[in-house]
Amino acid sequence: MTGRRKKEIRFSRLYSFSCFRSSSRDEHSQIGQKGYSRVVYCNDPDSAEQIALRYRRNYVSTTKYNALNFFPKSLFEQFRRVANIYFLVVACVSFSPLAPYSASSILGPLFLVIGATMAKEALEDWRRMKQDVEANNRKVKVYDRNHKFQDTRWKKLRVGDLVKVHKDEYFPADLLLLSSSYDDGICYVETTNLDGETNLKVKHALDFTSSLHEDNSFQQFKAVIKCEDPNDDLYTFVGTLYYDGQQYPISLQQLLLRDSKLRNTEHVYGVVVFTGHETKVMQNATDPPSKRSKIERKMDKIIYILFSVLISVSFIGSFFFGINTEKDIDRDRNVKRWYLRPDRTTVFYDPDRSALAALFHFLTGLLLYGYLIPISLYVSIELVKVLQSVFINQDPDMYYEETDRPAHARTSNLNEELGQVDTILSDKTGTLTCNSMDFVKCSVAGVAYGRGMTEVERALAKRKGDVVAHDDGNTSADLQGKSIKGFNFNDDRIMNGQWVNEPNADTIQNFFRVLALCHTAIPEVNQETGEIAYEAESPDEAAFVIAARELGFEFFKRTQTSISLHEIDHTSGRKIDRSFTLLHVLEFSSARKRMSVIVENDENQLLLLCKGADSVMFERLSNDAQDFEAITMDHIKRYSEAGLRTLVVAYRGISKEEFRSWEEEFMKAQTSVSADRDALVEAAADKIEKDLILLGATAVEDKLQKGVPECINKLENAGIKIWVITGDKMETAINIGYACSLLRDDMKKIVITLDSPEINDLEKRGEKKAVAKASSASIANQIREGKLQLSSCEGNSISFGLIIDGKSLSYALSKNQEDSFLDLAINCASVICCRSTPKQKALVTRLVKKGRGRTTLAIGDGANDVGMLQEADIGVGISGVEGMQAAMSSDFSIAQFRFLERLLLVHGHWCYRRISMMICYFFYKNIAFGFTLFWFEAHASFSGQPAYNDWYMSFYNVFFTSLPVIALGVFDQDVSARFCLKYPMLYQEGVQDVLFSWPRIIGWMLNGVISSMIIFFFTTNSVLHQSFRKDGQVVDFEVLGVMMYTCIIWTVNCQMAVSINYFTWIQHFFIWGSIAFWYAFLVIYGAISPTTSTTAYQVLVEACAPSPFYWLGTLVVVLSSLLPYFLYRAFQTEFNPMIHDVIQRRRLSSSELETSRDLSKKTGYSVIIFKI
Amino acid sequence: MEMDGRSSSSAVIEADSVSLQQSRRSKFIHQFTQQSLPACKPVLSPPFVISVFFVVGLIFIPIGIVALHASRSVVEIVYRYDGECVPEPYRSNKLAYIKDDSISKNCSKSLKIPKHMKAPIYIYYQLDNYYQNHRRYVKSRNDKQLLHGLKYHDASSCHPEDANHGHPIVPCGLIAWSLFNDTYSFSRGVVDLKVNRKNIAWKSDREHKFGKQVYPVNFQNGTLIGGANLDPNIPLSDQEDLIVWMRTSALPTFRKLYGRIEEDLDADDVISVNLFNNYNTYSFSGSKKLVLSTSTWLGGHNDFLGIAYISIGTSLIFIAFVFLLLHVNNPRPYGDTSNLSWNWKPISS
Repeated sequence: MTGRRKKEIRFSRLYSFSCFRSSSRDEHSQIGQKGYSRVVYCNDPDSAEQIALRYRRNYVSTTKYNALNFFPKSLFEQFRRVANIYFLVVACVSFSPLAPYSASSILGPLFLVIGATMAKEALEDWRRMKQDVEANNRKVKVYDRNHKFQDTRWKKLRVGDLVKVHKDEYFPADLLLLSSSYDDGICYVETTNLDGETNLKVKHALDFTSSLHEDNSFQQFKAVIKCEDPNDDLYTFVGTLYYDGQQYPISLQQLLLRDSKLRNTEHVYGVVVFTGHETKVMQNATDPPSKRSKIERKMDKIIYILFSVLISVSFIGSFFFGINTEKDIDRDRNVKRWYLRPDRTTVFYDPDRSALAALFHFLTGLLLYGYLIPISLYVSIELVKVLQSVFINQDPDMYYEETDRPAHARTSNLNEELGQVDTILSDKTGTLTCNSMDFVKCSVAGVAYGRGMTEVERALAKRKGDVVAHDDGNTSADLQGKSIKGFNFNDDRIMNGQWVNEPNADTIQNFFRVLALCHTAIPEVNQETGEIAYEAESPDEAAFVIAARELGFEFFKRTQTSISLHEIDHTSGRKIDRSFTLLHVLEFSSARKRMSVIVENDENQLLLLCKGADSVMFERLSNDAQDFEAITMDHIKRYSEAGLRTLVVAYRGISKEEFRSWEEEFMKAQTSVSADRDALVEAAADKIEKDLILLGATAVEDKLQKGVPECINKLENAGIKIWVITGDKMETAINIGYACSLLRDDMKKIVITLDSPEINDLEKRGEKKAVAKASSASIANQIREGKLQLSSCEGNSISFGLIIDGKSLSYALSKNQEDSFLDLAINCASVICCRSTPKQKALVTRLVKKGRGRTTLAIGDGANDVGMLQEADIGVGISGVEGMQAAMSSDFSIAQFRFLERLLLVHGHWCYRRISMMICYFFYKNIAFGFTLFWFEAHASFSGQPAYNDWYMSFYNVFFTSLPVIALGVFDQDVSARFCLKYPMLYQEGVQDVLFSWPRIIGWMLNGVISSMIIFFFTTNSVLHQSFRKDGQVVDFEVLGVMMYTCIIWTVNCQMAVSINYFTWIQHFFIWGSIAFWYAFLVIYGAISPTTSTTAYQVLVEACAPSPFYWLGTLVVVLSSLLPYFLYRAFQTEFNPMIHDVIQRRRLSSSELETSRDLSKKTGYSVIIFKI
Repeated sequence: MEMDGRSSSSAVIEADSVSLQQSRRSKFIHQFTQQSLPACKPVLSPPFVISVFFVVGLIFIPIGIVALHASRSVVEIVYRYDGECVPEPYRSNKLAYIKDDSISKNCSKSLKIPKHMKAPIYIYYQLDNYYQNHRRYVKSRNDKQLLHGLKYHDASSCHPEDANHGHPIVPCGLIAWSLFNDTYSFSRGVVDLKVNRKNIAWKSDREHKFGKQVYPVNFQNGTLIGGANLDPNIPLSDQEDLIVWMRTSALPTFRKLYGRIEEDLDADDVISVNLFNNYNTYSFSGSKKLVLSTSTWLGGHNDFLGIAYISIGTSLIFIAFVFLLLHVNNPRPYGDTSNLSWNWKPISS
């Protein structure tokens, strides 16, 4: 039924601006030349010519690897990391006699680590492959040789195939539209997947093909398309269709892109032009810019530092080794250390070639001290981050029930960056607000209707100190028992048909008629209930049509030439149908800022109905002004102050003659082919849209999302600067700023605008150069003044809010002014940029990011925010109403703005803390271990003999120390989520990078060196010479190795226990388990045959364990090596506490019982508070 | 839940326990993903810090005292003989002396026992500046050969002491080749003190690292004689001197067990040591010492451990007092929110 109705409509009439747009001639002349060489034989894919062209099939693969190249390619990827290259070199050298330990003990951990990373890669790629398989095997109807449409898999599709796509199906490839179920070959396409825009786009088939309506009408259809080569531009397409000796130009209007969806159209027929990877969307599928967190970049630097430490330590070692070797034979050929046989030796120990020996020894040193570089760091961090992302995804406090959307960490690279955000750049519509438009107020004939109170108004009233009448407006919907989406209007004077009793009933009638007629919405009647829903291009438009319906002007039917309304009759109060003939639609565009329709009513009057922005509408009103023009203007001002979006509504009658002459001119403009055709059409439209008669103004509210003011408040308390960048008017933006507590009364406002009389004058005169010059000067001046204001208030606790409009912004962002602008902006507590374009959004983001050098977070929901999201250090997408485009190109997506609070203050803080502690600790443990090797070397004449058994060492990073540090990275929390939110200042630890500052990193490294010294020197001094057992046995190489290694394992694991704040049984299990595992390993390894276990044979069971000395030594060494850190922490917490220390202490001291009680109540589990 | 209780009660219990297990698992998963596992959260509050310091200090000091006492109760005699045992004319060129096989290396010395020494008295030799931990040296052995003898031909790791005149050496390598060869004998008055030289090596070494069927072959047959020779008729597992020597030392100064005197020596006893000063430490200016020592539960004489315990214990208690004083004099008002306020200044950490 609906389908048939739609079929009758020639919607082409509705789209006068876009439908007949033909691309300019010169582009078409390029067909057949370079870059435009593609040839498609329509409906004839089996022809020899087509096959000879060897175009690719529609098979799509987005995987990085395939079964054959996975191994070499992913290995190559692995070894692109600096650290891994080092380990590869080490592995190669380990087969030479240079190696201080056996090759297998080096290769084992390397294989394990690389294997783990490769497994992860493989898993990710497998997921991609599954998606590909799903897409490749979708079915589409293809015209086969038997002249029937048969289901075929997508991947089998060839260039030239004729396909039929049904409603709500995706297009399998880039198709040339031949015809649709509509007579005039129109179809609607949803391109959300491509550009994120949710409104439907109209595609239009060539006239001569649009008659091919039936499946069997294609038997004789053979045509050739010549068109451009595959490229990634979604917005251009040129080609020519050759049919029956005729040439027809084809353009983007006929092209249906892969991954867009057919909507509101029963089916279309099309010819495959581009397939598979040659489609526009696949050509566009480049990886989004990969972002790395600051911490990771810093970590790379630390790795370089460690490499230089490694090199210098090896150099020192080889230097002394060279000297010692040289001295083994003196000038008289006397052999010194005869037991080493320096007289009969290889090059590696040859005293006569000691320089060469030293050089080789340098390589040995690089291997030996390789434990300074943590081999498992990268893979551990990746694992930890994946788990952290799971926590983010699973957080029920960031789950939005209404849309069933949890938070989603689309990349795990940036978790810790979330804890360091300094500036948030936020979009307004859809981000701070819901982006669902409610019709709340209107002003008709100078009378303001609508009693509801917007949130902004409430904030405004509060500011002014008025007592806020308990909102009666918002409950109106409830009173009626049902709430209507898009309608939140309540006024007894005009509702329920009461408007007839108003003094200006005629104007009111005209006003709502305009709302009911002047739009491009399509009604959809629910067959069962008879209710009418509207499909409109924008939510604003839907709100108007709904408002008209609710007030008794129900738009219910649209044909190609008419619009029909149910109206309630003035006098009788009965419902009558009224039909208007639709003559022209002059569409809305952002340049025109208005839309008009020309209709003929049943009294044969021609009417132009127009609605548009106040800035363009008031200048088009007729000169014999309505007396309520000033009042309406005032209302509009008040509405926009209340944060509402306003439109002016007007109309005029047109005489038949005027219309006829205008139409002629307009048609001429439309069919012209010159380059400035658009301008001509616009000028023509301009001519009829004048001398309008004002009816009134509408006000639509875009409600603030729930919890936005509180969230912004919290974030500000956390010291995060918030910039709002919006396309709205300045007044609206300012008032939204107040409503979401971004601006406060105690703030001073600095407004930068170009809305001054002089500049307006210049603009009117059209002197572009003069305007630019004057504007630039004016902006420079305003910035200077703003800075003066700032400096004059220095020391006071006055904060500033900066408001700047888009035009000014373009000057402020110019090269010579951006620094001073940034200087001003960063000293203001909040910044609002209004009337800004998507490009400006990205530019501002870049300015803040580059200029401040701090972390920026951009949050937005629409396709116009994508640039901003990709530019910022972190892009957060709101998965909301405006499609998923922003969410798709973001790093994190959340459903509501208020979840940002938890994402940053809780998850961000935790992740930052975890990762930075984890990295510090990683370096600590490897330095502590690596340096004991060096101290031992110094006592082994730098010969390169490791102090420990090979396998102790290779298990160090993999088994004895890695699990606790992963537990730290996954679980540690300094304070609970509740306290993170209660004390937002805690967040500053991340912003100021307290936990990963250079002093702290160096401190941890020094701690590692100190630990290694304590371990080595305490152990060696305590066992010097004497026996360590009752039976008189002395400590030898094997026992000393075990003793030192035991101390290291205890020390690094206990150091972990001392430095974490949060012990679950997992931590306990990992930390104590690692230590226990060391002993277990020693027992097992020591039980294997001595030819395998060599120096570890029976060493614990026989030699160490029975000796009290071994245990007492371990105790004192471990405790002493923990002391420096513990002392530092004890004194620092007491006398120079960090914020988390203060919070922890407060938690402990003030409300110990209370905290534990209500925590346990909240979570249902008892919380053990560490207590002495 | 209307169910016949009697007939299906067991099934219910089973199902219950299964679901209990499941719910326990899902509860864990829930707690895990919500990061709300029950946890203890230690805070470095002053009472905690001070009591940690006190407790550790109070534990450490007694341990230290006991350890120190044990170390002090050991009687140890150290006699350096590498200089004294070189005859006067060779003092300026000790190397010539040690290399000259024609000179008798015999040397004796009387030692006075300062205190009563309870058996067993351990005899050690101590070498200085001797790098048994040198990489070339450590690697210059073949564990398989030691255990299985000539069956293992590959002795490349033993180079250059792997073969001689084309025949493999058992035991090969620098370590064995440089075996220590000074010998000691003791007498109290005219009575020889019996020195027990059995069981001086680790049991595991004797039984599992050195073969019972492996006899020295072609040992010390080269042009350059390193150290001691071995009796080719005694299997390696019984050559305890070799076994002790092959258990390389960790540091360049080390002692190795030589034997045991299994009778008490009284204070003021004079024992005479008769030694053969064969081993060449002169070319690398190392020293040689003879050590007689008793042992306690903690081993030999070394005060370091005891002193470490005592000093760390006392300093911890001292720090605890300082901390306490500072804390009392300068209490931090943690209830005060001022340090959580807006104008938070960065803390240098």
